[in-house]
Order: sequence, then C-alpha cells, then structure tokens
Amino acid sequence: MKSSLHAVRLLLPVVVFAAALLLWEAIVRVNNIQPYVLPGPVAVFQTLIDDWSVLSQSLGVTLLTTLEGFVAAAIGGIALALLFNQSKWLEYSLFPYAVILQVTPVIAIAPLLLIYLQQQTAVVVCAWIVAFFPVLSNTTLGLNSVDRNLAGLFQLYGATRLQTLSYLKLPAALPFILGGLRIAGGLSLIGAVVAEIAAGTAGAGSGLAFRIAESGYRLNIPRMFAALFLLSVAGIVIYGVLALISHLVLRRWHESALGKES
Amino acid sequence: MAEQASSELDAGSALAVSLRGVTKVYDSGVAALGPVDLDVQRGEFVSLVGPSGCGKSTALRLIAGLTAPTAGTVSVSRLAAEVRGHHPIGFVFQEPTLMPWASVRENVRLPLKLAHAPTSEADARIDEALAQVGLAEFAKSYPRELSGGMKMRVSLARALVTDPDILLMDEPFAALDEITRFRLNNDLLALWRKLNKTVIFVTHSVFESVYLSQRVIVMTARPGRIGAEFRISATEPRGEEFRTSAEYAGFCRQVSNALAPAYAGQAGA
Repeated sequence: MKSSLHAVRLLLPVVVFAAALLLWEAIVRVNNIQPYVLPGPVAVFQTLIDDWSVLSQSLGVTLLTTLEGFVAAAIGGIALALLFNQSKWLEYSLFPYAVILQVTPVIAIAPLLLIYLQQQTAVVVCAWIVAFFPVLSNTTLGLNSVDRNLAGLFQLYGATRLQTLSYLKLPAALPFILGGLRIAGGLSLIGAVVAEIAAGTAGAGSGLAFRIAESGYRLNIPRMFAALFLLSVAGIVIYGVLALISHLVLRRWHESALGKES
Repeated sequence: MAEQASSELDAGSALAVSLRGVTKVYDSGVAALGPVDLDVQRGEFVSLVGPSGCGKSTALRLIAGLTAPTAGTVSVSRLAAEVRGHHPIGFVFQEPTLMPWASVRENVRLPLKLAHAPTSEADARIDEALAQVGLAEFAKSYPRELSGGMKMRVSLARALVTDPDILLMDEPFAALDEITRFRLNNDLLALWRKLNKTVIFVTHSVFESVYLSQRVIVMTARPGRIGAEFRISATEPRGEEFRTSAEYAGFCRQVSNALAPAYAGQAGA
C-alpha cells in the first residue's frame, strides 16, 4: 500500500513531463512551426546531441563556476557565522552589511563587478554573493539553538571554548548548516548564470548562460532550449546531491532524516 | 552587591556542601533565593522540596558553580575527588539533556573527553557507569531510540562516570510515568548505598522526597528559604514495603503540612 503510493508519487511527475513533451511536439508539427520560432522537443534533443561538444564544454565551465561559488559561500558563510558567534561586537558591526549584500539584486551588482574584476572572478563573486547568506544565517541560527542545559553541562565540566564549539555548537548546528548549504547550492548556480548573462556576448566567457545569450542573437533557438535543459538538470542534480549528503549525515539522529514510522 | 565567594572545605571536614547566608537575585531583579544556610554531610541523601519558583533549582546551580551567589558563600568539598583526579560534582537535569547526535556511549564519555582522560581508562569507566544504571547493552544506541526512563539512566550514568563525590539532581524523574519513577527511585537508592555519594535531590513531590531521603528540607515560596527540616529516620534498606507503610504516610503528612503555607500564598495553586 505505502510502497505503491510512493511509486505513484514518483511516477506522476514523469507522466506529466512525457505528456507535456508529446503535446509540445504535436503543436509544433500540426501548426508547422519553424525551429527558429519554436523547436519541438525532438529538435531540441537532436541539437543536444549534435552540439554536445560545445554544450558539454559550456556545462563544465558553468558547473566549475558554481562549484567555486558554492565552496566560497560555504566556507565564507560558516566562518563568518563562527566569528559572529565568538564576538557579539563583530556580529553587530558586520551583520547589517551581510543583509544589504543579500537584499540588493545580484543582477544589478553584476555589471559593476564586471568592470572591476576579471570576468571569471566576477562570476564566482556573484555566485558567492547570492549563496553565502543562507549559509551564514542558518549557521548563526544553529549555533544559537544549543540546548541550554547541555551548555550548562559543558560549563560544569570546565569545557574550553574550542571544546564547546567542536563538541556542542557545531554538531547542534549541523542540521541548520546542511539546510543552508542545500539552498546555497541552487543559488550559486543562479548567481553564476546571472553573472554570465550580465557579461553577455561582450564577455570572453563560454558558460551555458553565455551560450543561451549568444544563441539568442544567432536565432539558434533549439540550442537555447538545449542549454536551458542542461542548466535545469544541473540544478536538479546539485539539489539532489546536497539533499542526499544531508540525509546520510543526519539519518542516525535528526528528526528531519527519520522515517515516518519511527 | 555584597561579595561573591565560593570556597573549598577542608579534606578532613565532614561536610560535603556548606551554604552560608546565600542569596541569589537575578539581573531582572527577581529575588530567587535566600538567605539560606545549609550544611550537607558527606554521604548524606538530602531532598529539597518546595513550590515551583522557590529557588530549589537555583540552589543546585549555585552548588554546581553554574551561577554565582549574589551574597554569601558556597563551599564545596572538592578534595576527595580531585585527589583521585576526578570531577567532584555530577549533575542530572530535569530533562535527560543528551546530545542527540552521539550514541549512549559517547554521551556518557563526554565529561571524560572534556577532561582529556586517556581512552583506555575512559572506556573502562564508561562500561562501569553503564553497568551501574543497567544499560550495558544499549551503549551503541542513539538517544532517540530509548524510552524516557532509559534516557534518564544515561543521564545518570554520565553524572556517575567521573566518580564524583556529590550528585546534584534537579527533578530528574518528574517527567516519567509512576512505575518508571518508582523503579528509578529504587535503583538510585541502591546506587547511593553502594557508591556512598552525597546526593542533593530537588523535587516537588513530597512522596518522592520522603521515600528517598535521610533529610527533607522544605522551602518557602519565593524568595526560597528553608521553612522546615525533617529527618526521615526510617529503617534501612527501604523498599516497596516502606512505600505503603504507616510510617511512610506519617512522614509524608508532616512534610505536606510544612509545605502547605508555601502554597497558600500562591493564587490558584
């Protein structure tokens, strides 16, 4: 009963996806729409195969940028949260700027960054700006959510700051940190794409977003769709991998990772 | 504010804990405790009973050194344990207060890990502490896999693992069902007789305090002072027969009567 329900839940979106593709292809064929207006899914798939050498290279570039932005966001966000946790003064002085950086749309910051930084650096910085805040705010929340009695216990046994941090605060904050990282993964991809788009064809980039912009100018619509498809898949895979890591790390003890039956 | 002081009792002293003129006023201005004078003998089992907010828990936190007195002195005998290189005080909270990410074994190991105890020695002491509370075969379990009573046993094992002289217990069994509480009461008494620890036990249950203690101290409503003291001179060792005896009921009535004024001042209590 339960497993069949589970199968249906997995199957339904696939069925919807297949139906949408079929409908799309049918509309294109029946109305004889030209590929430079709207290519059908078959044409998009064909382009994906034909242009694979170009597209795969672009995918690699975008993924590398995303990864660099993500790692920078993870390290920066966690490190900043740890600093804030150790010193209230630092938190009071710097936290407002982290918020400002977060609420200012990155698409508006990107052109400025592109003036002052090399394009590759600017793209990574954009990914970092978008992605570091959820890591920072989640880690801060986690570090402040430590059980008071447990903190008292550490105090009773004369724990040092480092011991309290590594044996108590970090493990307690782990579910929050992992939640932040899960959001940051998708956001760093968005940041990378935004910066590539802002750089546009004027830039020397070769990422997927650059391919979309460039193909647009050339009216190579099927390639635009193919590149978009790859971006989408990349986003799904990033989210899936981070969710899996989170589950594997937390499965022994945290409510979020426990099955419903236990 | 007056001087904040804590000192150590001589190794030769018969006292484990001594409070002199201790008061505690919180930053919010709430006078939680005192002034209180209290002496606890080595190896004694003392209960503090009183209404909620009477400062029982504050008294324990003061003795543990988790908070400083506003005035007066708190003296704790540290020497005996420190000669053995052990932490002198074990604390059991109202909640089990376990680390959910660590196994039972790692939870019990915590005090030793914080003290940088050598692993081989720590392992032996963890095994002993877990055996004492009857959880030897649950060492690898995680807290979420245990019942409320078992979690409390882990908490007790963690307090015992440093082989402290003094065990401070803050309403440890309040959240448990009655049967489990009775079993833990009996196990705690057996441990106390065997290990010869000084136990200071905070509870709001008159019945629990009389059953366990050699001496019951009744606290007044906030700010908590010592309202009355009863020596429970029942025959040892106590067991389930004592729980249903007329002698036990008599002690409970005495303590309840002494406790009544503390509740009288509380609206709706």
